[in-house]
Amino acid sequence: MIRNLDPKSLSRRSFVIGAAASGGGLAIGFNLATPGALAQRAGTKTAAAKSAAEVPEVNAWVLIRPNDDVVVRIARSEMGQGTLTGLCQLVAEELECDWAKVKAEYPTPGMNLARKRVWGDMSTGGSRGIRGSHDYVRKGGAAARLMLLTAAAADMKVPVGELTVAKGVITHAASRRRTTYGRVAAAAARLTPPDPATIVLKDPKAWTIAGKPMKRLDTAPKVDGSLVYAIDLKLPGMLNAAIRDCPHFGGRLKSYDGAKVKGMPGVKHVLEIGGTALAVVADTWWEAKVALDAANIVWDAGPNASVTSATIHTLLMDGLDAKENVFVANKAGDAPATLAAAPAAKKIVADYGSPFLNHATMEPMNCTAKWTPEKCEIWVASQNGDASLAACAAAAGLKPEQCEVYKHHLGGGFGRRGMQDYVTKAVLAAKQVPGVPIKMIWSREEDMVHGRYRPISVARMSGALDEKGNLVALHMRLSGPSILAAVRPEGLQSGMDPLHFQGLHAAANNPFGQIGYAIPNLTIDHAMRNTHIPPGFWRGVNHNQNAVYLECFIDELAKLAGRDPLEFRRAMMAGHPKHLAVLNAAAAKAEWTKPLPTGVSRGVCQHMGFGSYCAAVAEVSMKANNKVKVHRLVIAVDSGIALNPEQIAHQVEGSVVYGLGATFYQQCTVKGGRIVEENFDTFPCLTLAEMPKVETVLVPSGGFWGGIGEPTIAVAAPAVLNAIFAATGKMPRTLPLSLHKLV
Amino acid sequence: MPKINVNGRTVDVTADPSTPLLWVIREKVGLTGTKYGCGIGQCGSCAVHVNGKVERSCALPLSSVKATDKIVTIEGLSRNASHPIQKAWLALDVPQCGYCQSGQIMAAAALLAVKPKPTDADIDAAMQNICRCGTYQRVRAGIKMAATLVPAGKKA
Repeated sequence: MIRNLDPKSLSRRSFVIGAAASGGGLAIGFNLATPGALAQRAGTKTAAAKSAAEVPEVNAWVLIRPNDDVVVRIARSEMGQGTLTGLCQLVAEELECDWAKVKAEYPTPGMNLARKRVWGDMSTGGSRGIRGSHDYVRKGGAAARLMLLTAAAADMKVPVGELTVAKGVITHAASRRRTTYGRVAAAAARLTPPDPATIVLKDPKAWTIAGKPMKRLDTAPKVDGSLVYAIDLKLPGMLNAAIRDCPHFGGRLKSYDGAKVKGMPGVKHVLEIGGTALAVVADTWWEAKVALDAANIVWDAGPNASVTSATIHTLLMDGLDAKENVFVANKAGDAPATLAAAPAAKKIVADYGSPFLNHATMEPMNCTAKWTPEKCEIWVASQNGDASLAACAAAAGLKPEQCEVYKHHLGGGFGRRGMQDYVTKAVLAAKQVPGVPIKMIWSREEDMVHGRYRPISVARMSGALDEKGNLVALHMRLSGPSILAAVRPEGLQSGMDPLHFQGLHAAANNPFGQIGYAIPNLTIDHAMRNTHIPPGFWRGVNHNQNAVYLECFIDELAKLAGRDPLEFRRAMMAGHPKHLAVLNAAAAKAEWTKPLPTGVSRGVCQHMGFGSYCAAVAEVSMKANNKVKVHRLVIAVDSGIALNPEQIAHQVEGSVVYGLGATFYQQCTVKGGRIVEENFDTFPCLTLAEMPKVETVLVPSGGFWGGIGEPTIAVAAPAVLNAIFAATGKMPRTLPLSLHKLV
Repeated sequence: MPKINVNGRTVDVTADPSTPLLWVIREKVGLTGTKYGCGIGQCGSCAVHVNGKVERSCALPLSSVKATDKIVTIEGLSRNASHPIQKAWLALDVPQCGYCQSGQIMAAAALLAVKPKPTDADIDAAMQNICRCGTYQRVRAGIKMAATLVPAGKKA
């Protein structure tokens, strides 16, 4: 289904496609990522490759085969979130082609570079895959349609305005003549593309493919084992590498028993990487891992060896009390003075906290690299092909133009595969074995202790009610590490990390999400307390913690006010109609006012992020052993446009599992400057039996494009925590719930 | 040289007897549909059938497998993805990233073989595989749909 284009075809207008794809799915390819290798293995150019060589590229986004198959170029990465299918829907909608004939392929980052970034941004994060590219991919589809119609008109010698097209069949009604996209594609490819500025896109009301619950285009090879993930890659002459990097961040490789390792079965090379890591290269990965385990590695634990979860906690708590060097992102009235003046019986001060988290993608980090003095190629699952190319070039000591990246579908991303550390290490290893493809696979243990962690944080929530029980003052003090400070300091705004305030900003158009309440006296600020643990973007990023802090505290305040938590919220939301509408939609679907069976409690929350408005109602009960059972989660979402309602429901369901797994069980603790949890036995995930029934309520209000992959995670945890609060009277303010023996 | 029977084919394998069956299947037999997820029998991505029973191949050393044991991987589960579980998975678009789905499908197929009409409790007990994308709701629906696709009197 998805292939990489062959960069060798760059010199031509059309592209050589490997022999891999046929019919409804991905054929079992020796190596889908290198069509050249396929042809080489076959000894000659295959028939399919030959015919594909003549497939015209109508424009960068669309090529059409003589049999009317439509190949759509997908610049973003597919990691399960359905973006590939959604982008194809957008192109196909404007192209007016037959959806049944649509296939997808990845242009390579090297080609994107060579063609002056004709495919735009390849990065796939921040729930931007669709909302960041809908305009230009639709225009790409529309431009291709115009070119195909123009070519058909010239062929039929009629004005283009007399032609109509449906499902790739072009009709001239007056002369009762027909042709197809496949027949005119070659001529269309020779035309000058129209100016994108002149293209008028279809009204979403007229959509027949976009906006519909189309099935995914990439399911078939995922049910028979034939999809080749990066970890499954096989190349001629390839060797396998296992790696162990110093687990104490900032430490170094001190010594190891190289002679012993070299004598072990299958071992070909023992490589030091960057002064911090040891890699063993062997015939098989298992042999490499066994040898690495026997290497008697001694680490120099480095300058952070004394850092523990306790020392980090102390650092963060200091931030809660800080008076100076605090970044204020949202301020109204005078919250500190109002809070100080409020009687003790009318206010609450509560400290909340969330731990470091690993992404724990099911497919551990891996990358295959082949280095020569002239060229470096990598095969990788990446959320950012452009960044992978840059990392490859930097590690290879070559220009980006001398490098190439072959993208594979990701076995999970969740933000982890936007970082390129695993590419760097694989290339640094391959560079020491010129000409030999080296597939480097992280063990689960290596993956867990070398993550890019969702930053730990704490929040001090202070709120005061007036005599009528209305919230009159709120101070939300956040303290914790900044992701941007570590990975993209140029994104800081006068030192402030705007990302830390996701979903808490005042302005409706703030790219990092707007708070849903009007509170007359409000201060939301952040004491940045960075640690040596490398932070990263974890699905939902800071929205998840911020929503827990704010939405759970709102419930604590509602209880103090003696008011229904839904009504308490609504009273503050008149000026935030979109936030309010999804809250109402969730409450209506969950029948908020309807009595529940004995022992079952409800919780509600709302939060806005990644351009989408979300709300949730949870139903939970406490079992006889005082453990939580989550029965049901109703989640409403307004993403403006709902490109594929069915795939949105999948993402909402999945986000609940990801969010509740963290809420229930997960934390990465620190000892000796390293992460303690090494596998799923100490980093448990939510299981099928624990997943509540999830009901997705779509309330697309139109007119904007919100994200889908991430935003609903933020409402899963607060709804459940608020339901626990309703059931027990005690709010679990620190996560995970396993700390409170509630799971 | 040890022999193993994978998907009806007997294969000679040269590997240390302590090598987990998972890595024998992936690196010696060359079938990569069976996935590595944790290496400690926790996640189930490596699930295969051994004599009809679901096993986690990452925790099964080669030495424990007899030449007469019939190992079935995702590639050998059916021809043309025709097993009722695979048909249901396709119909419901169960996978997201798909990486754990070979294991999910093998576990579900083994369940259906012994319980043609599984209850929710049966599904809860049998399906312990980890999915980080969170496809569980569709996995459950897929198993229930597959149960309706098995012809009466036939085993899945």
